[in-house]
Amino acid sequence: MGDLFIIPVIKLLVIFGVCLGFITYTTWLERKALGHFQLRYGPMRVGFHGLLQPIADGVKNIFKEEVVPENADKAVFILAPIISISMAVILLAVIPFGDPITIFGKKITLYIANPSIGILFILAFASIGSYGTILGGWSSGNKYGYMGGLRASAMILSYELSMAFAVISIIMVSGSFSLVDMVAAQHSVWNIVREPVAFVVFFISGIAELNRIPFDMPEAESELCCGYNIEYSSMKFALFFLAEYTHMFVFASLVTTLFLGGWHGPLLPGVVWFFLKTFLIIFLCIWIRATIPRLRYDKIMKLEWKFLLPVAIANVIVTGLVMAIFV
Amino acid sequence: MTDRKTITLNMGPHHPATHGVLRVILELDGETVVDATPVIGYLHRGIEKICENRNYQQIIPLTDRLDYAAASANNIGYCLTVEKLMGIDVPKRAQYLRVIMAELARIMGHHLWIGTHALDIGAMTVIFYAFRDREMIMAINEEIAGYRLTPSFIRIGGVARDTTDEFIKLVRDFVKWFPKALEGYHTLLTKNKIWTTRTMNIGVISAKEAINYGLTGPSLRGSGVAYDVRKAFPYSSYNDFEFQVPIGENGDVYDRFLVRMEEFKQSINIIGQAIENLPAGPIQTDNPWISSPGLPEVQNDISALIRRFMINARGAAVPVGEVYSAVEGAKGELGFYLVGDGSEHPYRLKIRSSCFYLASALPRLLVGHMVADAVAIIGSLDVVLGEIDR
Repeated sequence: MGDLFIIPVIKLLVIFGVCLGFITYTTWLERKALGHFQLRYGPMRVGFHGLLQPIADGVKNIFKEEVVPENADKAVFILAPIISISMAVILLAVIPFGDPITIFGKKITLYIANPSIGILFILAFASIGSYGTILGGWSSGNKYGYMGGLRASAMILSYELSMAFAVISIIMVSGSFSLVDMVAAQHSVWNIVREPVAFVVFFISGIAELNRIPFDMPEAESELCCGYNIEYSSMKFALFFLAEYTHMFVFASLVTTLFLGGWHGPLLPGVVWFFLKTFLIIFLCIWIRATIPRLRYDKIMKLEWKFLLPVAIANVIVTGLVMAIFV
Repeated sequence: MTDRKTITLNMGPHHPATHGVLRVILELDGETVVDATPVIGYLHRGIEKICENRNYQQIIPLTDRLDYAAASANNIGYCLTVEKLMGIDVPKRAQYLRVIMAELARIMGHHLWIGTHALDIGAMTVIFYAFRDREMIMAINEEIAGYRLTPSFIRIGGVARDTTDEFIKLVRDFVKWFPKALEGYHTLLTKNKIWTTRTMNIGVISAKEAINYGLTGPSLRGSGVAYDVRKAFPYSSYNDFEFQVPIGENGDVYDRFLVRMEEFKQSINIIGQAIENLPAGPIQTDNPWISSPGLPEVQNDISALIRRFMINARGAAVPVGEVYSAVEGAKGELGFYLVGDGSEHPYRLKIRSSCFYLASALPRLLVGHMVADAVAIIGSLDVVLGEIDR
């Protein structure tokens, strides 16, 4: 009976601890990588090459004054970052980080839960998480925030569709909704080889879901001066960003799980492979941010509805046909 | 049908995309601009009025603060005006040095423009590349004038200081290096699909309209009018140099972008010609009304001492008359209209600011576009508030 509780609790603590640490250091990585792309060093002062910068930022944000604007909808204003962060962190529960390992003769799986509808769980909670952005922008009582919220709702709604269709083709190929089964199905061939189109669609819509350049409409800092989080200060602001980086981590691990063979890889242990691939995708996101300008709002919609969605649907149909004929 | 409600969005005076303290009040229908009203005056320092109480030499540093992104060109515009009224001929060496400083200033101004313009459209890396190269010009300014951003290097009747070997070397290095850096900017932006979709057919203004709005500089040339003060009314030996005036076709944001990118090249070309053919000779006119005598003369001649004292303490007197003279600043035609009343102070100095006219075209350009385009258009006009508000 004790085992039943202790192992999941330890697993919970370790996985959340490791992931949140990884996510916090993603902020450091982003600033550092961006800096070097842009002929700068990035953070250098706190610790060796700024390694303690995320901790310093956290401490600073906690001690900052909380400001709630007078004409904000106070309850919603406080609720928004909570929705954002909690819905983002929940997603970590279903990601399979590696193949099962054996400690003290006990087989331990490296995920917290493996629901049979794993991927749907992620899509659903990721959508709820976008409410944080929308409500945050709307409740600020600021026109820039309001517009950021509007943009967020329109964009996230649209890109969810192509993302889901890209996922559907993966579900068809692996024959399961469970992320663990999906990884297992990629034992010999990675899905990026079987479904390159779905990979491209998923990657583009994923970046859009993350609100990153070139799709960072809700917070376009030069147009809306940070959009939905314009009125947020101190830890509430930090929570939005933590949620954003958690989403980025989840997105990167989803790409790894769905397309890059999850923990599969030669020589090194599965967990290492998983984090390596995840890191690679995160780095790719940062690289894109350093290189590409921002698309315009209506062009982003056009890209989704006139290009990505039809392509994703066609891909599902082709996948279905191929499976019907050859398998 | 009920009539559609619009939302008023106050953009500026502190907004990341309004480059300083421009304020634009936008009426939005959804994300589309239906009305735009630029509000200026947040950087008003009363430079024109201050000029009336300063003597002619003291005005030079004030003109630096007009278009502070490309300061030397303003100095030249002002000094040319005063020289025109006094009838002074500037020595050839000083003219060439002025050309070098003016073109360096133009490149500096365009660096600031390309960085912020790209930042507005979301490409955040370009500004750091541009500022790396801008830093080299700052070093050149520091070497010859002592100041980095606002050199105040030009004097009435010449320039402040002669060149040093270090200066020549720095300029040559820059001339050699910059074309390579320019390729880098092109790689990041010019052929980028997102960049072209964001800028093509945005903020279109026809040649006729551009002239009617009084646009000058790259913004006018983007519409296809080859008007450049350096070619139309050559000053400071500009007709000694070979350079082209790049023009656009459609008058959209992208064409204005291409025109400025080409101007980078032409400017560096002019600097290369000027530094290689720098004539020998004095750097200051010998007109006794304006040039203060040197130290050996002062120590041996009492009248020279008095003259030096008068010119430096009281200022040089300028004849009665009215003149207008203009230069091609980084943003367009920068004109000075000077009324002299025979005293050491101008009776009136009116500055024709090119940015003022650019900002006045904003309502025409912004209407019908989206908010994201609005920042692209403001960026493409390259307004500097120091010059608008004066």
